[in-house]
Amino acid sequence: MIEKIAKFLKTPFACTSIAVVCGFMVACGILLVTGYSASQSLAIMVNSVFSRPKFIVNVILKSTPIILTALSVAFAFKAGLFNIGAEGQYIISTVFATIVGILCDFHPAIQIPLVILSGVAAGAIFGGLVGMLKSKFGIHEVLTSIMFNWIALYFCNYIALSERFNKPDSDGSYPINPSGFTLLLNDWKFSDQGREFLRNNYFLNDVILKTDFNLNFLVAVVVAVLSWVMIYKTKKGYELRVAGLNPDAAQNAGINVPRNIFYTMLISGALSGLAGALSITGTSLHGIQSLAMFENYGFNGLSVALIAGSSPVGCIFAGLMFSALIYSGQSLQFKIGAPSEIVNIMIGVIVFFVALVRIVPSLINKFLERKAKLDVK
Amino acid sequence: MEINKDYAVQMRGITKIFNNSVALDSVDLDVKKGETHAILGENGAGKSTLMNILYGLYGADTGEIYLNGEKVNIYNPSCAISYGIGMVHQHFMLIEKFTVMQNIILGTETTDKFGIINTRKAKKKILDIISRYGMKVELKRRVRNISVGMQQKVEILKALYRGAEILILDEPTAVLTPYEIDELMEIIECLKRDGKTIIIITHKLKEIKKSSKECTIIRKGKFVDRVEVQEESEQSLAEKMVGRKVKLSVEKKPAKAGEVIFRIENLCVKSERGLDAVKNLSLSLKRGEIYGLAGIEGNGQKELLEAIISKRYAESGKILMGDKEIQNTSVRNVLDSKISIIHEDRHKDGSILSMSVADNAILDKYRKKPFCVNGFLNYEERDKFTDSLIKEYDIRPVNCKNTKIRNLSGGNQQKLIIGREVSSNPDLLIAVQPTRGLDVGAIEYVHKILVRLRDEGKAVLLISLELDEILDLSDRVAVIYDGSIAGEFTQEEANEHNVGLLMAGGKGNDRENS
Ligand SMILES: Nc1ncnc2c1ncn2[C@@H]1O[C@H](COP(=O)(O)OP(=O)(O)OP(=O)(O)O)[C@@H](O)[C@H]1O
Ligand SMILES: [Mg+2]
Repeated sequence: MIEKIAKFLKTPFACTSIAVVCGFMVACGILLVTGYSASQSLAIMVNSVFSRPKFIVNVILKSTPIILTALSVAFAFKAGLFNIGAEGQYIISTVFATIVGILCDFHPAIQIPLVILSGVAAGAIFGGLVGMLKSKFGIHEVLTSIMFNWIALYFCNYIALSERFNKPDSDGSYPINPSGFTLLLNDWKFSDQGREFLRNNYFLNDVILKTDFNLNFLVAVVVAVLSWVMIYKTKKGYELRVAGLNPDAAQNAGINVPRNIFYTMLISGALSGLAGALSITGTSLHGIQSLAMFENYGFNGLSVALIAGSSPVGCIFAGLMFSALIYSGQSLQFKIGAPSEIVNIMIGVIVFFVALVRIVPSLINKFLERKAKLDVK
Repeated sequence: MEINKDYAVQMRGITKIFNNSVALDSVDLDVKKGETHAILGENGAGKSTLMNILYGLYGADTGEIYLNGEKVNIYNPSCAISYGIGMVHQHFMLIEKFTVMQNIILGTETTDKFGIINTRKAKKKILDIISRYGMKVELKRRVRNISVGMQQKVEILKALYRGAEILILDEPTAVLTPYEIDELMEIIECLKRDGKTIIIITHKLKEIKKSSKECTIIRKGKFVDRVEVQEESEQSLAEKMVGRKVKLSVEKKPAKAGEVIFRIENLCVKSERGLDAVKNLSLSLKRGEIYGLAGIEGNGQKELLEAIISKRYAESGKILMGDKEIQNTSVRNVLDSKISIIHEDRHKDGSILSMSVADNAILDKYRKKPFCVNGFLNYEERDKFTDSLIKEYDIRPVNCKNTKIRNLSGGNQQKLIIGREVSSNPDLLIAVQPTRGLDVGAIEYVHKILVRLRDEGKAVLLISLELDEILDLSDRVAVIYDGSIAGEFTQEEANEHNVGLLMAGGKGNDRENS
């Protein structure tokens, strides 16, 4: 019996769950210390995610970019690379998707792929450059990534405020042309007929009319599954893992390690790029804003990838949880005035515990050994 | 045998099970105080596991441990250390970026009231130990810059610094040069004179004869025998260990050399530091022969190998496989020219430790049919192939396909790598120290395979620091000294004396002199 429990506790799922519970407990502690009722706060958090269909859908929609940047980080991680540049790749992608989306106006069948691809390409180029600098000159990817993040940020501000793209009286750009939107049923839901229909259906009304209803999440899920297939089922994925785990042995096996680094960063950048492009096409304001500071889509991806233990499929669930936490944090502030930072602390604690619970399996082994010894006596 | 306080270590009925496979089955061990005791057994017999249990790294499933006649409970290494047990592991556990000194005191640092490490006292203690046992170690150097032999001394020092009275050495000589082995033997002698008890695991029967009084033999996790070394011959020890007759010398028919298949012409290669490491080296291999390259470490073997496989730039000269020039192409091109390599360092160069045995089995052929079809890996073929390797090369445990290769015993890791490379059916097999860490049975088997390859008309380039192996196995012997071939002998001409002389840099070419 104890052995069975021990075995279950050793699974990654159980370890992550333990970490999440620990995160919640610490957060409750902090709430109590700062004078808020923990049970009330938790209730609010749960409510703010599950009480209305709209909330659930919003959490799902908001998770999309985080899942994709998390995939980007996880993918690079499998090849032994630390893509801290997901943030910059995300931003540069939104910039180029916006530029192309504003300058061009074709039929949606052309416009949508065009906008998305230009974002993906921008992210891929950013990632690829980092990869190239590492493979050609041995410059560490973390250093270049951080610099590229700032380049992306300032370039974004430059474009958002430039004469051609700036929307007057705002510090953001125009939205892209509607032909590039990936919203679902967008025309219909605002038509008289649509409104009429939705008015009679609370659920659909909430889900479709009140949100940026789109299918981006499904794209993220498909991409996660494809990443998993690529990493574990294909020749390229095998090369990537081998090169990540032991570059020397990889080279001896005929794997071109530098080229592998380049391709990995290219793909990783493309994934972050996809996150950026889909945010532009799928959610309002459909354009870029001048940024005082990073919006953390990429950095959050980093946390999510860590929580997921770099498993592509795990990124989906970790991303959903992450999105729910952020979403509920906002209502925590709104409802009882507790600082929304409490959620950031919670996330930090969870990541911390995820790293920490890696030792759970060996602790359990120790425990079992002790027990075995006692049994002998 | 009685539990007795004349014995430093007595282990009784030790059993250890790793995920359903029995690594140790009720093993006994008795080590007399102040003596050197050898443990002999095949690869995967459980020697390292038994010692890891004594050192508290693993807990035994059943069994008891007595030290000096008293029952003890050793549940972790620091507990073992407090009982005066020290261990030098098969694969070293040093921190490469730290200095020798830092490595030695790591974990036992004494600090002053500001938390600053006080090294003066520690240093004095270490210098004491060094002078007492005549170990030559420079405390200030960083571990990554010192030789393997030196690293081992650091490990021994580490144990002694922690007050070890019982010292466990797990295959200490597998990675040493002959000179370093002699040094180690002297240190062991010195320790023994000082009253320390030493347990040594080694596959080299010569060393057991030289160093130990008694020897415990285990086979497949079971206690077989405990013998007085003096009363046994190398042959009888080997047979007790393997459980059948073994041939310690290589049996082979005269070589039937064919056409030249591999040639190196006037090759020059620079080392990491930009010095000339290989200088105008030429050699040629024929089909159907084993060509042994003898030499002391650091005479250009490493750079030569790296140039052959296109990992290092060849400044000038040619490397030809058949009529095809392969220098400065790519590793993949070299492999595709039907060259296979058994690398010297199986952990760093030959395997992915945290991948499964099956994934490691296809490391050199994952991109070829049938393992890869249209860019997708075929796991069924991989598993089938792995099973066949496990069977053919007697890799233990039999059900290890999905375990990480890290969890195989050192010898079994090597068997997998050899099987993998040989199964690629190469025209040229380059084997660098292929029997390092293997038991005599496995060595016999590897030698048989090399001879079989030769008889099938392949060429084998054997690069080894062990002169015995080269002399036994090679049809032609060449000596590499200071980056060039210092001399070449046929097997009949070659002997320990004339080859050894050239290895040491002697100018006299025996063929001309005699
Ligand atoms: N951590 C582990 N997990 C699972 N199996 C293990 C583990 N450690 C050792 N084993 C298994 O236990 C058996 C004994 O291994 P051990 O390392 O003790 O062999 P050994 O006698 O030292 O061999 P060698 O001479 O090759 O070093 C092997 O079959 C090995 O695969
Ligand atoms: Mg061992």
